[in-house]
Amino acid sequence: MAIARYIVARLLKALAVLIAIAVLNFLLIHAAPGDPAAVMAGEAGAADEIFLQQLREKFGLDRPFHVQLWSYLAGILQFDLGFSYRQELPVAKLILDRLPATLLLTGTAFLISILLGVLLGALAAVRVGRWADSAITTLALIFYATPLFWIALMAILLFSVQLDWLPAYGFETVGSGYTGLERVGDIARHLVLPALTLGLFFMAIYARMTRASMLETAGQDFVKTARAKGLADGPILRRHILRNAILPVVTLAGLQAGQIVGGAVLTETVFAWPGIGRLMFEALLQRDYNLLLGVFLVSSALVLLFNLITDLVYLVVDPRISLAK
Amino acid sequence: MSPTKDFWRRFRRNRGATIGLALVWVVIAIAILAPILYPQSPWRMVQRPFLPPFAVEGFWFGTDTLGRDIGAGLAYGARVSLLIGLVSTLVALLIGIPIGAVAGYFAGRWDDALMRFTEFFQTIPSFALAIVLVAILEPSLGSIVLAIAIVGWPPVARLVRGEFLSLRSREYVQAAVLSGQRPSAIIFRQILPNTLSPVIVLASLMVATAILLESSLSFLGLGDPNVMSWGYMIGAARTVLRQAWWMSVFPGLAILLTVLALNLIGEGLNDALNPRLARKGR
Repeated sequence: MAIARYIVARLLKALAVLIAIAVLNFLLIHAAPGDPAAVMAGEAGAADEIFLQQLREKFGLDRPFHVQLWSYLAGILQFDLGFSYRQELPVAKLILDRLPATLLLTGTAFLISILLGVLLGALAAVRVGRWADSAITTLALIFYATPLFWIALMAILLFSVQLDWLPAYGFETVGSGYTGLERVGDIARHLVLPALTLGLFFMAIYARMTRASMLETAGQDFVKTARAKGLADGPILRRHILRNAILPVVTLAGLQAGQIVGGAVLTETVFAWPGIGRLMFEALLQRDYNLLLGVFLVSSALVLLFNLITDLVYLVVDPRISLAK
Repeated sequence: MSPTKDFWRRFRRNRGATIGLALVWVVIAIAILAPILYPQSPWRMVQRPFLPPFAVEGFWFGTDTLGRDIGAGLAYGARVSLLIGLVSTLVALLIGIPIGAVAGYFAGRWDDALMRFTEFFQTIPSFALAIVLVAILEPSLGSIVLAIAIVGWPPVARLVRGEFLSLRSREYVQAAVLSGQRPSAIIFRQILPNTLSPVIVLASLMVATAILLESSLSFLGLGDPNVMSWGYMIGAARTVLRQAWWMSVFPGLAILLTVLALNLIGEGLNDALNPRLARKGR
C-alpha cells in the first residue's frame, strides 16, 4: 500500500511539472517575435492573411490571454499538440511515429552508461593509484570534455569509413526485406554506434562519481566494523561499499536523464536515427515552431518518466528505504 | 605564508591543473591575436576548396568546402567560445546567486518556493530548452548567452542555498542580525563573501559546459550567423566527413582541449580552495 501511495504521489508531482512545462511552452510561443499565428503557421511569408485569420479564430488568439492558455492546456490533455503546417500532419502523430526509435536509443544508452560507468568506476576505486585507475580516470576526463556530436562523427570515421564494421546511418538497412530475428539483428547493428556515443559521455560522469563515492564509503566506520568482524574483501566490497556508494550515482543518473534526452538530438542528427531528436532538428531547419515546441514538451515528459523510474530503482537499491511500515 | 601564495602553492602541486592553466592561456592568446595571425576574415575564400592539411605552406590546417582557411576559423572560433563561455557563466551566476541566497537565508517558505522553481528548471531537458530558446529568439550572441545562462543557473542556486543554510546560524551572522543590519547587507557583505570559493570552482566548470553547449548549438545551425565558431565549422563539414576528415577533426580537437583544460583547472581550484565542499554542487 505504501508503495502504491508513493507511486501515486510521484505521478501527481510529475503531472504538475508537466503542466508547468506546458505553460512555459505556451509562453514561449508568445515570446517569439511577431504574430503567434505566424509562429504556428511556421514562419510568416508563406502564410497568407486569410489563413492567419483562420488560425487566430481557431486558437482564439484574439481572445484574452488566460482563455487562450486554458484552451491550449485542454488541447494538450487530449494529446492535441497542434498541427505542423510544414509536414501537413498533426504534431502528435509525427512525434508518436518517431518515439519508439528514441526510446530504444536513449534507453540503451542509459543502460550502457550506467552499467559501464559503475563497473569502470568501481574498478578504478578498487585499483586506486594503479595503472588501471589512471587509465580509467584519464579516459573519463577526456570523454567528459568531448562534444557529443564530434565523438559521433569520429566514431563514423573510425568504425564505418576506416574499418567498415558498422553502418553509419539510419535505423535499418533500407530495402533489405529482413524480417523477424534478421531484422532485429540489423537494427541492433545500426544501434551500436549511436547508443555507444550517446552513452560514453554519461558513462564518464558515472565512472567518476562511482569512483569518488566508493573511495569515500570505503573510509567509513561501518566498513571498518565489517573488516573487524572478519568478513572477506569480496562481500565487503559488494554488500557494504558498492551498495552504499551507488546511491549518489542513482540520484545523479536521475538528474542526468534530461541530458540524455537532450543529447539524443545531436546523436540522432548525426546518425540519421529516425527519432524525435532528429525530428527536432528537422523542425529547426524548417522553422516549424509548433513541431519544435511539441517535441520539447514530449522530451520533457520523457525525462519525467526516466526520473520516475529512477525513483523506483531507489526503492530497490537503498537499504535504508523501506516502505513496508 | 599569505593566503594567495598558499593557494598558488596548492594549485601548482596539481599537475593537471597546471597543464590546464597553460592550455587556457594559449587559447586566450590565440583568441586575442587572431586578427594579427589571420588578418583576413575567416569567412574569406583564400585557397582552393578541399585543400588537405600541410599541402600548401601557410595553410597547415587545410581549407574547407568553400576554400576558407581552417586555421583562421580555429583562431576566430576561440574568441566566440571564450566570450560565450565567460559571459553566459556570469549571467548564470547573476541569476543563480540571488535565488540561492534568498532561499538559503530566509529558509522556510521562500526556500520551498524557490527550490521548487529551481528543480523545475533542472527537470527540463536543458539542451532541448536551449535549442527552443535560441530558435525562437533568433540565433545571435545575445540569445545564445541568454539560453545557456537560463539552463545553467540551477546548480549555482542550489550550491549557494546550501552554503547559506549552513552559514546563517553562525555566530558572526547572528551578531550582524542583532546589531540591526538589514538582511540585504547581511546577505551581501557577511555571508556571500564566505561562499565564494565553491562558487568559483563551479563557475570554472560552468565555463567548460557553456563552451560545449555553444558548440552543440552552432553545430545544429543555431550559432550567430555573423561569427565563426568551432561548432559551426564541424556542422558545415559533417556532410563531407568521408572526403575531408580535417574539416571536422581540427575544430573538434580545439573544443576538446579547451573544455578539458577548463575542467582540469576546475579540479585544481577545487583541491586548492576547498578540499571537500565543492563537489556537492554538481
